[in-house]
Amino acid sequence: MALLGFLIVFPLVVAAVLLAVRGDGARNVIVCASAIIIGAASVVLVGSNLGTQGVFFEFSSLALDFTCTGVSVVIVGIILAFAVKYRNLLAGALALVQLVGALVLEFVFAHEIEVPLGLYFDSLSLLMTFIIGVIGSGICVYALGYMRDFQAHEPEGAKDRRPLFFALMFVFLSAMFVIVFSNNMEWMFTGWEVTTVCSFLLIGYTRTEEAIANAFRQIIMNLAGGIGFLVALYVCAIQLGTFSFVEFIMLGVADPALVAVAVVALAFAGITKAAQMPFQTWLLGAMVAPTPTSALLHSSTMVKAGVFLLVKLAPVLLMSPVPSMMVMLVGGITFLLCSFMAISQSNAKRVLAYSTIANLGLITACAGVGTPEAVWAAEFLILFHAIAKSLLFLCVGTAEHHIGSRDIESMDLLFDRMPRLARFMMLGIMCMFIAPFGMLVAKWATLVSFVDMDQVALVIILAFGSAATFMFWAKWLGKLAGIAGSPENVEVTVHKTEWAALLLMAVLLVVACVTLPLISTYLVEPYVTSIYGILGQDISTDNLWIASICVAIVVVVLFAGMGGSPKTRKVDVYLAGVSRGADERSFQNALSGTSVATARNWYMDDVFGEKRIAPVGVVFNSAIMVAALVIAAVAPTLL
Amino acid sequence: MTILTTLIGTVAFALIAPVVGCLLAGLDRIISARMQGRVGPPLLQPYYDVRKLFEKESVSVNSVERTYVGCALLFAWVAGGVFFTGGNLLMCVFIITLSSLFFIMAAYSTRSPYAEVGAARETLQVMAYEPMVLLLAVGFYLAAGTFDVGDVLALDAPVITTIWLVFLGLLFILTIKLRKSPFDLSMSHHAHQEIVRGMTTEMSGPTLGLVEIMHWCENVLFLGWIGMFFVWGNPLSIILAVAVVLAVYFLEIWIDNNFARVKWQLMLKSAWAVALAAGGVNIAFLAFL
Repeated sequence: MALLGFLIVFPLVVAAVLLAVRGDGARNVIVCASAIIIGAASVVLVGSNLGTQGVFFEFSSLALDFTCTGVSVVIVGIILAFAVKYRNLLAGALALVQLVGALVLEFVFAHEIEVPLGLYFDSLSLLMTFIIGVIGSGICVYALGYMRDFQAHEPEGAKDRRPLFFALMFVFLSAMFVIVFSNNMEWMFTGWEVTTVCSFLLIGYTRTEEAIANAFRQIIMNLAGGIGFLVALYVCAIQLGTFSFVEFIMLGVADPALVAVAVVALAFAGITKAAQMPFQTWLLGAMVAPTPTSALLHSSTMVKAGVFLLVKLAPVLLMSPVPSMMVMLVGGITFLLCSFMAISQSNAKRVLAYSTIANLGLITACAGVGTPEAVWAAEFLILFHAIAKSLLFLCVGTAEHHIGSRDIESMDLLFDRMPRLARFMMLGIMCMFIAPFGMLVAKWATLVSFVDMDQVALVIILAFGSAATFMFWAKWLGKLAGIAGSPENVEVTVHKTEWAALLLMAVLLVVACVTLPLISTYLVEPYVTSIYGILGQDISTDNLWIASICVAIVVVVLFAGMGGSPKTRKVDVYLAGVSRGADERSFQNALSGTSVATARNWYMDDVFGEKRIAPVGVVFNSAIMVAALVIAAVAPTLL
Repeated sequence: MTILTTLIGTVAFALIAPVVGCLLAGLDRIISARMQGRVGPPLLQPYYDVRKLFEKESVSVNSVERTYVGCALLFAWVAGGVFFTGGNLLMCVFIITLSSLFFIMAAYSTRSPYAEVGAARETLQVMAYEPMVLLLAVGFYLAAGTFDVGDVLALDAPVITTIWLVFLGLLFILTIKLRKSPFDLSMSHHAHQEIVRGMTTEMSGPTLGLVEIMHWCENVLFLGWIGMFFVWGNPLSIILAVAVVLAVYFLEIWIDNNFARVKWQLMLKSAWAVALAAGGVNIAFLAFL
């Protein structure tokens, strides 16, 4: 338990220190050292508890309860201050509603409720711990170099807000640990709100008009989700008389009708946090934030808190058809439509954002199905998505600073210009969509679990969504793969900290893919068996090993089998004219002038454009959620 | 155990499939010629062609293109090995997709505008047929109760009896997978409807030879998927399966010779509509009834 406490408190201390440090050198040392400490502590916690069926700690404190309320007040204060400054009425109103709600809850309904077993961890928490502690701190290290370049790219005389930036990153890590370790739902809620406000402040980091507008969009949607969480807390306090999450789930499994409203409300909170349609716009807007923020909050961890909650609720969802239907359909439709829309995007960060939302949708749908097999798949999706996506975000961030653009079309010849970075990026992309890498193995399990539950709609959604996924990743990959000769190598100026973080992600990715069967045995299966009592795994271990052998082959080819001087005679490409320059594809045309051949990828905007597709998802999913809320509130006995 | 069988199967497939595929290709050329009122080349002409390619000088635009093509061929073999040793159908589907991806990357890596157009079209082709392929695997699972292809030998009736609609859907996309006109958008052997040479514009000599061999192996694998529908506990059913496969191959040759290449919009829409109608309806039927 000391380790849990350490993981929660230590990042807070670091954050306080970082807030005061203004020098680059001192900050580098502090961030690197604390990242290593947090990473090591997480690894120790995970390593020494492999295969755990769940451990609960007796820990409750009235003072802590009040501290949580205090933190909520501070959060609301921050939001209110911004709302007043930028005259955003809606954000202010929602914040006030939440404040009143939280205070009334604490002082009227909750002051007598005590949760003796305040802290816990099980194998799912450990999986999240690994993601937060190792990937999260890796991203913090990456941010050192990135933010130095970022500051250099800012206009002259721009305020240096980096102390605040790094402090927020560490506060965020602490809050995430609170979410995954708290059995007391009130504490969990506090962590939840802290992550929301961290995200708010980081999106608005540059204080440009666009950043502020997007930050407010995020805070409004997530405050709405927070109110959903609060509703669930009220139900717990009034109807069930407990804030213990594990008890809540047990009660829910025993009597789904009793907790119907709470489950729908919690699922709503999870869905907003995971940016499912119709809330996808906040995550897209969040891409204005510096790239490490996008990597840490908006793809690998914070949005995972949303699906973490949903996966936790999976056993209850399995028993209650209406919330389950809502979660499945919202997730499934989001997966399909966001995969479509990703095809039409050429901005790399937007492609990543759409792909993130789509994958979260898939995890959401798995949670909605709620069978052991689906939970197995969901956990692997969480893990591989976190690693691969942070690798990709970090690659895009570095590329942006060195080629001056985040447009995929500008990444032409990246394989020549930034050979190492391009390989990392290719590895990340391949892991996202192609067998035998982990993500696809997880999708495979997802498909089987959908079939086993006769979820025909989800099967069809997955079939078409995967096809779209292939399209947008493959064309990006193709852009990177181009090789023309010997343009200047521009990656020599990439900071060491950036390489360290990139290498960490790449190594983690390869190791995780190759040792997938072992991760399944020691980390994923224990959770599934501890919750359901039976093991559900759709893919035989033999097939998993075949997949990992194939991964090893691909990785060797990618990193060792390419490059080197050609042994064959080298010629210029055929351009229907005499070639004049291989790099820029110029050739002598019929009038003896010079023509340049250009080729762009396909974006098919008239088929898969946002304008055409987004409204469909927004309307559909809103209707589904409203219907589910109404049914749960009016006729829970029907369930 | 599965790993060892798969390995042995992969090696065996790598040895046998090129021979079978080559003969099929020779047959294709003779039949096509007869349809066009010509005599056509000898049966072994594809073999002579590929042998000649391997005797040519190795010329390339970069050093990685052949590595990618090699990977594509390797994974095509693995997919075949998985399938013909009775392995998991989904695994086979995923690995053959990996093979397609490597081929796409080979084309992109050359940076020839013509090859890039071909590669983009190939990507689109994959997107067009992938839903039906996945629904094929799901349909097979619902009909046979397993993803393991080998288990068809224990069935009382072939899966065609329950998933004939899926079979029709597969027939439709088979034209794309076999690279036959009207769906040979990315690379065509009909010179009159091709932009230079599509994906293989910059591939020559031994590299092009590898592409040819890969194409043969793929054809054998995809025809294996067709045959799978007609095999059950009765050993004689293998003969039936082979007969059906030959008939389907003849049908594909006939289609190839009678239709001009379509635009991508029509291909995508029709392939998805077929997947939704044939795959979706059949699966819904099996799941709910």
